[in-house]
Amino acid sequence: MTGLATVMLSVIDTGEQITFWICGSLALIGALGMVLSRKAVHSALWIAMTMINLACLYMAQGALFLGMVQIIVYTGAVMMLFLFVLMLVGVDSSDSVVETIRGQRLAAGLAGLAFALMLIAVISRVTLGDVGTQGADAVYGGNLQGLAALIFGKYLLAFEVTSALLITAAIGAMILAHRERIEPKKEQKDLSKERFLSGEHPGSLPPPGVYARHNAVDTPALLPDGTLAENSVPASLRARGAIRTVDRALGDEVQQLAAGDGSLEGEDLR
Amino acid sequence: MNTTTDDYFNAFTMDPWWPIVFAKVLGLFILLVLIVLITIWAERRVVGRMQMRIGPNRVGPLGLLQSLMDGVKLAFKEEIFPTAADKFVYILAPILATIPAFLAWAVIPLGPMVWMFGYQTPLQLTDFPVSVLYIVAIASIGIYGIVLAGWSSGSTYALLGGLRSSAQMISYEVAMGLSFVAVFLYAGSASTSQIVAAQEKTWYIILLLPSFLIYVTAMVGETNRAPFDLPEAEGELVGGFHTEYSTLKFAVFFLAEYINLVTVSALATTLFLGGWRAPYPISLWAGANEGWWPLVWFLGKLCGFIFVFIWLRGTLPRLRYDQFMKFGWKFLMPVSLVWILIVGFARAMRNDYNWDLRQTVIVIAVPIIAILIVMYIIESIRERRADAAVAEEEEARTEFDPMAGGFPVPPMPGQSYTPTRRSKATVGVTALPVSTDAEIEEA
Repeated sequence: MTGLATVMLSVIDTGEQITFWICGSLALIGALGMVLSRKAVHSALWIAMTMINLACLYMAQGALFLGMVQIIVYTGAVMMLFLFVLMLVGVDSSDSVVETIRGQRLAAGLAGLAFALMLIAVISRVTLGDVGTQGADAVYGGNLQGLAALIFGKYLLAFEVTSALLITAAIGAMILAHRERIEPKKEQKDLSKERFLSGEHPGSLPPPGVYARHNAVDTPALLPDGTLAENSVPASLRARGAIRTVDRALGDEVQQLAAGDGSLEGEDLR
Repeated sequence: MNTTTDDYFNAFTMDPWWPIVFAKVLGLFILLVLIVLITIWAERRVVGRMQMRIGPNRVGPLGLLQSLMDGVKLAFKEEIFPTAADKFVYILAPILATIPAFLAWAVIPLGPMVWMFGYQTPLQLTDFPVSVLYIVAIASIGIYGIVLAGWSSGSTYALLGGLRSSAQMISYEVAMGLSFVAVFLYAGSASTSQIVAAQEKTWYIILLLPSFLIYVTAMVGETNRAPFDLPEAEGELVGGFHTEYSTLKFAVFFLAEYINLVTVSALATTLFLGGWRAPYPISLWAGANEGWWPLVWFLGKLCGFIFVFIWLRGTLPRLRYDQFMKFGWKFLMPVSLVWILIVGFARAMRNDYNWDLRQTVIVIAVPIIAILIVMYIIESIRERRADAAVAEEEEARTEFDPMAGGFPVPPMPGQSYTPTRRSKATVGVTALPVSTDAEIEEA
């Protein structure tokens, strides 16, 4: 029997073995972390780590393109969408660890064990003729060229049908989420018109007075003509009558300015 | 380079660890950090000039050490961990943002074969048949740093900024990836050094101008730079994803952002501007593309791109978010898809039927112009119809028909509900004795 292990050992070189042991264990740690962590976002991170390590394993075995696509598509797009949903929905509170179905954990553990045994039993009995991508690559002059020739040549129809399937799914999702607009969308122009038509002050209110000697929300700002800008103080303070008058807050110069006294125009204020 | 593909890639595996690989890694690291320091300084000086001020000129000659001093200052700031932060992810995020930024440079070709410590080696850390895809993959890992920074800070501003910038980066990555396709088709390879080699005669900016324009637009979106710097729209989101970060962690985000800027510029140089090849008048000199000289041309092109980035920032106002997304998905993507079709067609015709350029252009341009004319006619008819429909709708709006189409219907927006007159029988039914709240309380 040419077992998998013997074939592997004969083909794999040292560098690949080192990569396998590092990336393999990291992928396993990621998988365990994904199952064991309480927060949904942490789980997503662990599985991203597993995916990246799987990509490294693909690359170590000569499937460079597959490894890159694994990272771009699965880590970069699919997991990122998962993260988006988790963050927007806000499933970050720790989930309850109480078993909802009785004996669920035991059953799941047994099923997992049985599956692992089955996998080990099957894989250890596999007989392999040609291991690795070297043989396949040599036919077309490279890994990328081989993939291109097969996808756009021999398997063109299957490839196109798969992409049609995916596009159908995407369009279906868009139709399901689509909502007919019953009135035209308000553009920036309409919103601005609306704001002015309401008759209220269209911009932000003037900030409170900031003077060299005093700076607080209860001090009103001065308008260019020296009068007080009433709405520069919060409405609640105004209602309570807790507005600091300018003469209490400021020195003579500003008071004179506030009173509209022209005597200070000149070098002092420049 | 008249070696075969396999020989070429093998040249990288031949490099001895000491001193070649070590020197290349160290050299790249130093180069990147230096470029970032100079870019930050140049940005502040150039934008300053554009805004009629001087910019930093105190530390060192011409203020050159300003960014270094800023870095030192950041390092000595107080370390802040927000109470609501997820501490592990909060620390992980800046690391995830920075390391990929450095890693992407491993495959950028800085020059041809050079002599280094007595070995002949290409001026590039490594290369493999899919190295451009490697840069895309690495960039998509870098996005994790931003998303996680936003999430782990435990602040709404940061979360929104993080989501916004990652949505932006993912969207523009699609357009970016599509702009690569035409280059791959022409170069017949996805390896950076092979693409540079394929541009020996003509740079792809001339052959594939639409791809170049799409790439340049996408790269500004990809790096979150003005006018696409929505993630840090101060009036809306404070600092965006790094609002809650301080000290070295903040500095590291800054570093990553600028390295990404330099990386996309380097990629643009490699894919479209002939990489390290000398520009036209210099290329007449035989020794221009040999030895260490190409490094100068490469860095020169890189500086050109960086200047454009700064120039854009000094010139253009920020886009509105929905307009920006619409531009990416509804304009850049369809345009690049159509362009890929055209390029693919042209390549196939040249490969299989040996068409020359003029023939291809005629065959492609005539139907496209015809389609555009037909589309214009259809569009103008449709517009006229739409106008008529709008007018009709306006008319319909003024009057509300509660039994439109034979069914009782609610009023449409803009219509007001007019109470219909009820028959006596209906009035009798509704006039059942109804107790008011006060009566119920009494009882």
